[in-house]
Amino acid sequence: MDEFLHQLVAGLATGGIYASVALALVMIYQATHHINFAQGEMAMFSTFLAWALMQAGLPYWGAFALTVVISFVLAAVIEFVVIRPMHKAPELSVVVVFIGLLVIFHSLAGWLFGYTIKQFPSPFPSNAWYGSELMSAHQVGAILVALVMVALLFSFFSFTPIGLALRAAAQNAPSSRLVGINVGRMLMLGWGLAGAIGSVAGMMVAPVVFLDPNMMTGVLIYAFAGALIGGIDNPVGAVLGGFIVGVLENLIGTYVVGTELKLSVALVLIVGVLIVRPSGLLGRKIVTRV
Amino acid sequence: MNQPNKTNHSPLPGGIAARQANGNTAAGLSWRWILLLLALAVGLAFVAKGYHLFQATMVLAYAIALLGLNILTGYNGQISLGHGAFFALGAYVAAILMEHAGAPYWATVPAAGVFCLVVGYLFGLPALKLEGLYLALATFALGVAMPQLLKYKHLEAWTGGVRGIVLMKPDAPFGLPLTQDQWLYLFALLVMLVMFVIAHNLLQSGSGRAMRAIRDHAMAAEAMGVDNRHYKSMSFGVSAAYTGVGGALSAIAVQFVSPDSFTLFLSISLLVGIVVGGVGTLWGAFFGALFIMFVPNLAEKVSKAAPWAVYGVVLIAIMFVMPGGVMGLLRKLKERRSHRAG
Repeated sequence: MDEFLHQLVAGLATGGIYASVALALVMIYQATHHINFAQGEMAMFSTFLAWALMQAGLPYWGAFALTVVISFVLAAVIEFVVIRPMHKAPELSVVVVFIGLLVIFHSLAGWLFGYTIKQFPSPFPSNAWYGSELMSAHQVGAILVALVMVALLFSFFSFTPIGLALRAAAQNAPSSRLVGINVGRMLMLGWGLAGAIGSVAGMMVAPVVFLDPNMMTGVLIYAFAGALIGGIDNPVGAVLGGFIVGVLENLIGTYVVGTELKLSVALVLIVGVLIVRPSGLLGRKIVTRV
Repeated sequence: MNQPNKTNHSPLPGGIAARQANGNTAAGLSWRWILLLLALAVGLAFVAKGYHLFQATMVLAYAIALLGLNILTGYNGQISLGHGAFFALGAYVAAILMEHAGAPYWATVPAAGVFCLVVGYLFGLPALKLEGLYLALATFALGVAMPQLLKYKHLEAWTGGVRGIVLMKPDAPFGLPLTQDQWLYLFALLVMLVMFVIAHNLLQSGSGRAMRAIRDHAMAAEAMGVDNRHYKSMSFGVSAAYTGVGGALSAIAVQFVSPDSFTLFLSISLLVGIVVGGVGTLWGAFFGALFIMFVPNLAEKVSKAAPWAVYGVVLIAIMFVMPGGVMGLLRKLKERRSHRAG
């Protein structure tokens, strides 16, 4: 039983990270109906930036804040420079461009920072009061960070005029334009937010898995699964899905298939959800008129 | 082709593919050229030596795999980001048959094809419900998960786990005065020819037309009586079979299979291959295969990160500048010349 509880809690902790990346995926999906295959590598690159800033002598939270800002700008610029010209291109071209971005960020990180595995500090001291036998301080912290992010985003979307404009731009671009919303700027904002969220996720996962250019590939797959389970167009659903995937991954990995096949769990989850309930738990069913 | 309605996820490839919808690229080359190319290819076996022959064999193996991916993505409009997984399956089928069943190398190639046909068909059945992006997502996950599956400990007796399987290079049959490398190259050339002719005929047939119809407008095709379900999973199966045959050939040429040779990078390489060669073209497979065989090797001399960087830049640059790939470029040049002449 103790073992079970332990696995459950550990699952929640990794689930928090999947939830964050899933949230970033949903941001971009909502804004542009693209699945950002490069999200994981962008987050990994941001984490390397944070690492470099810390190596340069910045304190943790200073580097954290600066990285979030840089990631925001970087993602917004990518939207403007690479993704926007593709908005009328066929689906395959967009997917190819995303894979191109994935590959570029991967090689950039390896080239600039090297392929050796690096330690990344956790902002939550290991002897903090909220740590316990069952759950390390970092695990608690990671879950809290994920929850805070979703709360912030939820309030941003629900209670601020810009949040409303962003939702409007994503849902119906032409009409939004007619009421004076700058749709292009909103898309950039959506991408920027996704980049910022991804960077936070990266900095939360790095202390656990260590920092190297391959660190996010697996995380991205789980985040895909999480976003799909929750519904790829629903931020709350994505977070819920992320936690579910984290727990499932740990429990199935421990008790059913063994840790070596954990990634295949994600594969099965993805295919399963897509077949049984493509709209996810909280997603809207899309009915198209033909 | 590009509907403003963004919620519609039907895999409309539009631009890239539609521009080269007339799949008779092979017929576009006259027989004289084909025979000349073939003679050159055979001649290569007696000019090139050792490592170069190995590279040429690998180019042929990649070309077959790319042909397979192009049948699925270019001609049927289903995006796969995980075809490296089928390449791996083909390689492992060949290796396991040779190692554990003592099968002759030439028999493992069709066996790999048949095995991948079945697996691909089965993967294609649920994939029917996955349109466009979602299929890309599922296959992406497949490509990432494949090395883990190959390392699975209960299969280790067969797959050799992390260590993989070491194979022997086959000798030339009938006492032909050929070295092993020469024979293997010629064997690969023969397989490639057969596969190429089959692909060409398939795409020219009614089935090929049905596949392209589904790509261009699935619903209209359905309304015209094309059985989407059958053709889409069949395309997946055939595509996987081609890629599996390519994988089997590569395993025999490399004489070694291990899970870590079939990472996501391989799947991405295959994607790069069809994008460079030209999506929805037959001959593009050769340009793509040459590219993914030689460019990463060259780039690696610069730095470890360079092959990935080159791939990334090439993918994005081609999408922006010449979405038709090499074949698209060649066609454009030809059109311009005939325009000037006329």
